[in-house]
Amino acid sequence: MVEQIENMLASYKGEKGGLIPMLQKVQQRLGYLSPEAVSQIAKLLNISESEIFGVASFYAQFRFTPSGEHSVKVCLGTACHVRGGVRILETVERELNIVPGGTTQDYKFSLERVACFGCCALAPVMVIDKEVYGRMAPAKAKQILAEY
Amino acid sequence: MTFEQMQRRAISEWEALEQSSVPRILVGAATCGRAAGAGAVIEALQTGLRQQGLEATITQVGCIGLCYAEPLVDIIKPSRPRICYSNVTPQIVTQLIEDYLIKDDPRPDLALGTIGDGSVEGIPKFFELPVLKPQVRIILRHCGFIDPTNINHYLANGGYSGLVKALQMSPQEIIQEIKKSGLRGRGGAGFPTGQKWEFCRNASGEPKYIVCNADEGDPGAFMNRSLLEGDPHSVLEGMLIGAYTIGASEGYIYCRAEYPLALERLDTAIKQMETNNLLGDNILGSHFSFHLKIKEGAGAFVCGEETALMASVEGRRGMPRSRPPFPANSGLWGKPTNINNVETWGSVAAILQKGAEWYSGYGTERSKGTKTFSLVGKVERTGLIEVPLGITLREIIYNIGGGVVEGKQFKGVQTGGPSGGCLSSDFLDIPIDYESLARAGSIMGSGGMIVMDENTCIVDTAHYFLDFVQRESCGKCVPCRVGTRQMLDILERITKGQGQPGDIEQLQRLAETVRDGSLCALGGTAPNPVLTTIRYFCNEYEAHIDQKRCPALVCKELISYYILPDKCQGCMICLRNCPVEAISGGKRMTHVIDQSKCTKCGTCLDVCPPRFNAVVKVSGEQVVVPQRPAAVSASS
Ligand SMILES: Cc1cc2nc3c(=O)[nH]c(=O)nc-3n(C[C@H](O)[C@H](O)[C@H](O)COP(=O)(O)O)c2cc1C
Ligand code: FES
Repeated sequence: MVEQIENMLASYKGEKGGLIPMLQKVQQRLGYLSPEAVSQIAKLLNISESEIFGVASFYAQFRFTPSGEHSVKVCLGTACHVRGGVRILETVERELNIVPGGTTQDYKFSLERVACFGCCALAPVMVIDKEVYGRMAPAKAKQILAEY
Repeated sequence: MTFEQMQRRAISEWEALEQSSVPRILVGAATCGRAAGAGAVIEALQTGLRQQGLEATITQVGCIGLCYAEPLVDIIKPSRPRICYSNVTPQIVTQLIEDYLIKDDPRPDLALGTIGDGSVEGIPKFFELPVLKPQVRIILRHCGFIDPTNINHYLANGGYSGLVKALQMSPQEIIQEIKKSGLRGRGGAGFPTGQKWEFCRNASGEPKYIVCNADEGDPGAFMNRSLLEGDPHSVLEGMLIGAYTIGASEGYIYCRAEYPLALERLDTAIKQMETNNLLGDNILGSHFSFHLKIKEGAGAFVCGEETALMASVEGRRGMPRSRPPFPANSGLWGKPTNINNVETWGSVAAILQKGAEWYSGYGTERSKGTKTFSLVGKVERTGLIEVPLGITLREIIYNIGGGVVEGKQFKGVQTGGPSGGCLSSDFLDIPIDYESLARAGSIMGSGGMIVMDENTCIVDTAHYFLDFVQRESCGKCVPCRVGTRQMLDILERITKGQGQPGDIEQLQRLAETVRDGSLCALGGTAPNPVLTTIRYFCNEYEAHIDQKRCPALVCKELISYYILPDKCQGCMICLRNCPVEAISGGKRMTHVIDQSKCTKCGTCLDVCPPRFNAVVKVSGEQVVVPQRPAAVSASS
């Protein structure tokens, strides 16, 4: 594990302002910031773990618990809000039986609310992993979830 | 290779493409196109061509702006005008291949317009369509036309000639040129760009940095995403010109993580610049050297604010600090830094290529040039538009946007995102420029424009924005951290029907404190959506507070759903779909909603067949319906 994380971060050594890119790399690979990774980065950058935690907890992107196999993100940006984004979120919450920030018990889905994917013209929008779904409706969202 | 050689090579590639003997197919495959289904369309094209044994090139282009009509597919047959087809599905692809590619019937019924020389009977000219006629495309000139992953397409269309021109000018001359163009920052505040560059140019300290702000945190805005996805080199050329002028040797692009495709396009473009000596040491053989890095945002709205952005680039918590010192004197790592928005950089390249005089021919006395807006919400033709400043809201919403969806009543338009305001129909005829919008209590902002109709609740909208800024407040200063929370609490009460007399005045008082006492513009402008909605839509607040009524039928605590017994046919569709089993009834029995169980999700209203139309949503009134299911009466 330690070696794996070290390899992951080798290219960031000496980069100015490298902490956030390092955290992003770890999260991209592991799906979350594991305690081992945080302590590894602390050693690499010669800063305290609490400092890293301070930075990471500031940003919405970082999570400290493992995420599900698929990440479901529902947009609650302004355009999606006026076009019924809340109803999409409620539908997904009901279908998966979790709230934003949560992960289903079988670790299949994690749910997040996001403030705009830049697809506002096709509001309301839902994103599963890398697939962006526009012009959503509650029934359509249900159907798409069922396909995963 | 010299620039001239590079350019010649690019032009011959472009001309070969234009004179291609096989049909060319362009698919709008920006994030919006993909969300609308461009991926399946491309697959259908590939399969269809293969099955028919046809030869054609398929190019993925950026967004041309007509997101409402996506997926868009353009077909250019040799010696035929380019025809743009809208709302294309895999089934339509099959038809287009058979009818147009094979049988030469251009299918006017499926076409939106023709682009370029020549015409086709029954198909209008694309740029004469109402949605495009009032538009002027400067920033978006290449979006939807070139392959954004091919630097030669950009070069062949005048790309990097602005840089070449700049390298032959002195920095002072370039600053004069930018000043003469009248360009003002497109990131929100509208600060004159030439002046900003001059400050940084004159500041002492080495190295100097430039930053491209691609954080685009305003929810409901996607101008920067579209430009970066559709024409990344135009932004990068602007940055090179700026770096040369200011004397910066290093630069950063801070792009939000929610834009994976924009990040990918930037990465590709930067690699191409490196191999073509447009980045690195001695660019194009000059003495100018410049290095550029992408920094990915990590999901914090406040990081769009310039001092917070710099903290984030340095790898710290993205908290703003007070200014002065301004970034021009003390920015990244304490060195002189110049930050501009994506669109500002994109405009710079065009100004250098075509001249300040030409650019300032567009716009008004004090707001020159063109501006892109994301026209979204309850408007028919949603999408990305570019218009000369000074155009009216009416022209944008009605002529370009085609009016409000489903013929509904226009209520207002929100500009400037969480820092902006909601304007009522009284403002439809004001010119869109920095000063007029500010006088109306809103701001130009970065270009988000969200249309609201009679079904949008104004108090809910104010609550929405305040909830947003309250979540995104970094917590450093008290007025913003605590003030927005207090304001939110009051709004929450109002939307729940617990509003009290005096709430409006209390909101206004708090708003003043938050506005005047906050450290950065996040707090400083956070009250704007609340203040403008109180100013222009006070009666809606009063309906919520005094009558416990939500006129737009949005605020959940204030609405109820009922099933009308004289219309219900006992089809059981709502009963089966209700997620909380709040509906009782049976076959051929009128249904009844148990109000104590109902979560007001609205599913019953959605699923009730339109021919019955038995479910109603009301606010502030009691509908008398039976308590128990009864047999559907024979007469109905
Ligand atoms: C809370 C907040 C968020 C901001 N977000 C953005 C943003 O997403 N993009 C942007 O270009 N400017 C944003 N700004 C404005 C920047 O601070 C800065 O003024 C701008 O990037 C300067 O570029 P310009 O002169 O080209 O407009 C934001 C400001 C505040 C206060
Ligand atoms: S508001 Fe949802 S994608 Fe922009």
